[in-house]
Parts: sequence; C-alpha cells; structure tokens
Amino acid sequence: MKTPLHDIHVQLKAQMVEFAGWQMPMRYGSTIDEHHAVRNHAGMFDVSHMLPVDITGTESTKFLQHVLATDVRTLAEDGHALYSVILNENGGIIDDLIVYRLANEQYRIILNAGAATADLDWINQQLRSTHFEVKINPRRDLNILAVQGPEAIKFAEQVLNISLQTVRRFSATKFSGIFIARTGYTGEDGIEILCTDEVLLKLWEQFHCKGVVPCGLGARDTLRLEAGMNLYGQDMDTTTTPFESGIAWVIKDLAAERDFVGKTALLSQQRNGIPTKLTGIVLEGAVMRSGYEVSTSVGKGIVTSGTFSPTLRYSIALARIPRAAKGECEVTIRSKSKMGRIVRPPFVREGERVHR
Amino acid sequence: MSEIRNNLRYTSTHEWIRVDEDGLVTVGISDFAQSALGDVVFVELPEIDGEVDAEQDVAVVESVKAASDIYAPVAGVIAEINESVAEDPSLLNADPYGEGWIFKLRVDSLESFDDLLGADEYQEHCQAEDQDH
Repeated sequence: MKTPLHDIHVQLKAQMVEFAGWQMPMRYGSTIDEHHAVRNHAGMFDVSHMLPVDITGTESTKFLQHVLATDVRTLAEDGHALYSVILNENGGIIDDLIVYRLANEQYRIILNAGAATADLDWINQQLRSTHFEVKINPRRDLNILAVQGPEAIKFAEQVLNISLQTVRRFSATKFSGIFIARTGYTGEDGIEILCTDEVLLKLWEQFHCKGVVPCGLGARDTLRLEAGMNLYGQDMDTTTTPFESGIAWVIKDLAAERDFVGKTALLSQQRNGIPTKLTGIVLEGAVMRSGYEVSTSVGKGIVTSGTFSPTLRYSIALARIPRAAKGECEVTIRSKSKMGRIVRPPFVREGERVHR
Repeated sequence: MSEIRNNLRYTSTHEWIRVDEDGLVTVGISDFAQSALGDVVFVELPEIDGEVDAEQDVAVVESVKAASDIYAPVAGVIAEINESVAEDPSLLNADPYGEGWIFKLRVDSLESFDDLLGADEYQEHCQAEDQDH
C-alpha cells in the first residue's frame, strides 16, 4: 500500500522500505540529521499508515470502558486524550493507542498499522459479545502528518493560520474540518494532523517551504527510543502484560469497580508476582540490537529495541529482564560480552540526558 | 548513482580493494555500501597480525539501523588498521575510498585477485541489487 505522499517521498530520494504492508520512507538522507532536526528545530513524518477509527453511538463510553485498560471517563472534556492499551483475556497487549474524546459519546482511536487488522477483528468481536449500541468506523480516508520539535508549534500556527496556545499537550482540536492533536512519538512538543489526501499534499508542501525537515521511520525509531516509548510488536505484544512492558501506569484502577478485558489476569499476575520488567540499558563501545541476550546478577533477559542514540552518542536499549535486576549487566554482542548499565527510561527529554 | 572507481577491485559484498605501491592491500566499503547503510556510528576493527581467510568476517560496521560484517576479500595477514574510523566512524560515509579505509592486508600472492570484480562488473552487480528493491 502507498500513502498519498508516496511519489513525493520517491522524488525526495527517500530510501523506501516495506512496513506492515506499506511503502514508507526509512530516511531521506541521514537519519542522524533528521533526528537532530526534530530535537533542535522541527521535522515532519508521514504516518498515514496508522489507522484512525471513530467509535460513536450512545454506549461508546461503556464499550471503551470494557475494551480499554484505562477508564475513558477520565477524559473530562472534548478534545482530551489518553494513552492506553487493548488487552486480551490473558492481560496480553493487542495494541497500544491514543484515544481522543471528540464529543459526548464520540471517540477516536489511532491504531498501529501492523496491528490494525487484528485490532478491528477483536473490537468487532467484543462488540458482538457485549451488544453495546456502538458504531465502529475505520477512517481510511484520513492521513496523518506528524510535525514535531521545539519549533513545530510555531510553524504549525503559521501554516494553518491558527493559534495553538489553547490546545494543551495531549489534547486535540478541530479546525476547518482538520483534526489537530498535540501528541506525538518523539518526546518533543508537536502536533499530529489528521486530514484528507488533498490537504495532506498541501500541508506537506507548505511545511517543507518553511524548512520543516522530512523525516523517515529511522529517525522516528531513534527519537521514540530516546524518549523511552515502546514500539508495539517489538517491545510488547500479545504475550506480555502492561506490568511486564514498562507501562504499568496505564493501569490506574484495578481496585475500582469497572471491569475490562484482561483485568482478571492482571489482578492474578499482581497477586502471583510479575517475573520481568521492561527497562533501559545504556552501553558504550558497541550498539545493542533487538534480540541480543542480557545477563544480570539475577538471571537472563533480552533486548527488545536497541539503537545508537544520536543525542547521547552511545547505545541505548529497552530490554525485558528479571524484575529484581539492577546495576550492571552484560549484553552479548556478536559472541562477545559487553558491560552495560540498567537505567530507567526515558533516556532523553527535551534534548537533554535524563537517565542516571 | 553512487561512485565506482575504475582503479579498484570489488567484492559482491561491497568491499573495495586496492593494491598499494608497498605491496599491501587496502580494504574499505564502497560508496554504494555506505549509502545503503546510512550513518555509520561504530566500527569494530580486526586485530593486527591476525591471519584471515578469503571471505572470513574480520570487521563490523554498525549504522544506526543495523550491523554489517566486513569480509576479507582475499587471504592474508592484517598489517594495518585505520584507528581514525574507530574514533570517527562517519569517515566511512564522508570519504569511503579515502580516509574511510578500514584495514590493510599483507598477502602472499595476488593470484586470487582474478576472482574479484572489476569496476564494470561491480556496477552491474549494484544495479541488479538496486532493482531487487
């Protein structure tokens, strides 16, 4: 599949890769340059492969309270958003997402490209078994342009000719039919714009003229990893619970009355003990990659995502290791053992090192 | 299109090879290879005096995205390594045929050089790989 910007990416000589069935730009030039553009100025990402889904109907709130691990009733006002997960009966993660409250009993969720089909199957199956009065509407007509970085808001205000000062972080607004959310996947301030093909092409051109740097999936990965954000399918999947995936904070109300899919399994895991945790590792003199083995004083684990951090100039990784592990560890890199250090993510916030 | 130098020999795994006046054989990665890898962030060099076979993996080049093995194009002994690329791996991107060289081999004979690709053959090889993408 191709996004409406496909030909533009090719014209810009992007290295194209297949991701979840989509032809996507990996990088236009240097991933490190694109990374720094987002940390220091502004960059933009075509993430139209992700799928917005509208959930409407008189029982939308009840339905999402059942399907999501976080209570959507905490979205006090229209436009508010929260990060949550869809769990299976075992507490395993089917997908992670952001849910926006559009209006009373109207929500929008944005699904990962690689998980969207399975998500929709699951959501429809849940709907059939619960009989809530809800309509599920996948919005393939909408594209997503993410503009991210310390100067992103300034450029967005110029291009869209609006003020974003009242749009707080992690909330959204609608302007002339364009949905604008102050969210992202880079650890920087910025927006994600949901729009039609025509608007997408126009906005891309306008942001490009302003000097906003086109960025590919390569920079998206180094940026999110520095910010300590999980990548679905790599750092977590249907076999891992939020407790084992560094996102226990999405589970806010296990003691409350609300029931949701996966709750029983989470309560049971909480009682019986959580064997592993997803945490950070930093290492100098080599680059950690997904799948590398980690040895700690209390047992072995595995790197789930690893890269070279362009900001810190050494390797950072997320790893699933025994819960009690701390301090130094060894990472096996090409049959050699390298000394690393277990740290708590995020690694970088607003361009500065934050891990200890 | 990436630069392919006529005075060099190449391998199908994208190393370039040059026979120097002192008889040593210098090895690096081609412009095509550095461009495909993207930003090089780490280079693991071989040990000096190590004996290597042809096609043996002797060094590693890590880009942001992935690790790639570098193979000895011919059998020999590692005579020199380029410490500069260990300190500044981006030299492989900036000057792959010059300051970005990786190691030098001492070889007994130049006979096995006939198996290596000439510039034209290497160009065809790169074009074929491009079309696979």
